[in-house]
Amino acid sequence: MTAIGGDSCPVEVLLVEDSPGDVRLTKEAFREASASIHLSVVSDGVEAMAFLRHDGAHANAPRPNLILLDLNLPKMDGREVLALIKKDAGLKMIPTVILTTSVAETDIAQSYELQVNCYVSKPAQWDAFASLMKNIIDFWLSKVKLPQKRPMELARNQLESGLHK
Amino acid sequence: MKDMRERRNGTQVLLVEDSPGDVRLTLETFRDTNCAVHLHVVADGMEAMSFLRREGTNVGAPRPDLILLDLNLPKMDGRQVLALIKEDNGLKTIPTVILTTSAAEADIVRSYQLQANCYLCKPVDLEVFENLVKSINDFWLSEAKLPAQN
Repeated sequence: MTAIGGDSCPVEVLLVEDSPGDVRLTKEAFREASASIHLSVVSDGVEAMAFLRHDGAHANAPRPNLILLDLNLPKMDGREVLALIKKDAGLKMIPTVILTTSVAETDIAQSYELQVNCYVSKPAQWDAFASLMKNIIDFWLSKVKLPQKRPMELARNQLESGLHK
Repeated sequence: MKDMRERRNGTQVLLVEDSPGDVRLTLETFRDTNCAVHLHVVADGMEAMSFLRREGTNVGAPRPDLILLDLNLPKMDGRQVLALIKEDNGLKTIPTVILTTSAAEADIVRSYQLQANCYLCKPVDLEVFENLVKSINDFWLSEAKLPAQN
């Protein structure tokens, strides 16, 4: 099995979530899973976009390898955040998982229309939530291959390795 | 695949894979893990698109709930199949999981740019391969919410 964050740098995960209880449970689940995952948390859609675009106070924000996005958020809704991510050529390859209490068929369908990578619904019970987070971490951060670099870095690296041959 | 029309119930999974060994292992693992899964297998990219578009002999093909797509395929490459699926308004909502031996960063990035839902590397070890298929079943077919059939 692939080790989580086996490379020199930790895996960066961005959680976009406004419920303090869910943030706390998610943080605990990540802390228990692996020390090499770095979880950043923002609590509304506007801040999520600022984080991803390195705007203002987020000038030094890391680029996430994975985004966990709630749908119902203050200021800018998760659906709008998802649409902006997937329209942006620099951001759209970051796997984005919707993590929401909504099980409405319209939300599920619309999220897949907007090219979400995966849609998961949050259970109300504490232990079921903890188990879900464990499954997300196990699948997305140890089984799935996440993109490590942005395309420009990749192109530059390929060019450089070509030059050094 | 004669009885495709009758098999409307259960979960429809399309496996696009040209390696007979990997097909057999995937079939066996799904059979042991989840009896509700109907695994449909096509061995090249052209056949995959024909299945999804219900062309020719695939006229009665069901719409898959999940697609498992290899990258290196005869006739039409998996990258091209992925691009066609994600450009098609009727098909792009079907979660498409890349399952390939390639661990090249360029393939990973390219697949996510083309909006692959996730990218998995096929392990060479038999037992690890089985575990990966089980994980796909457990995560995608039980934990994740998939779009309803339309």
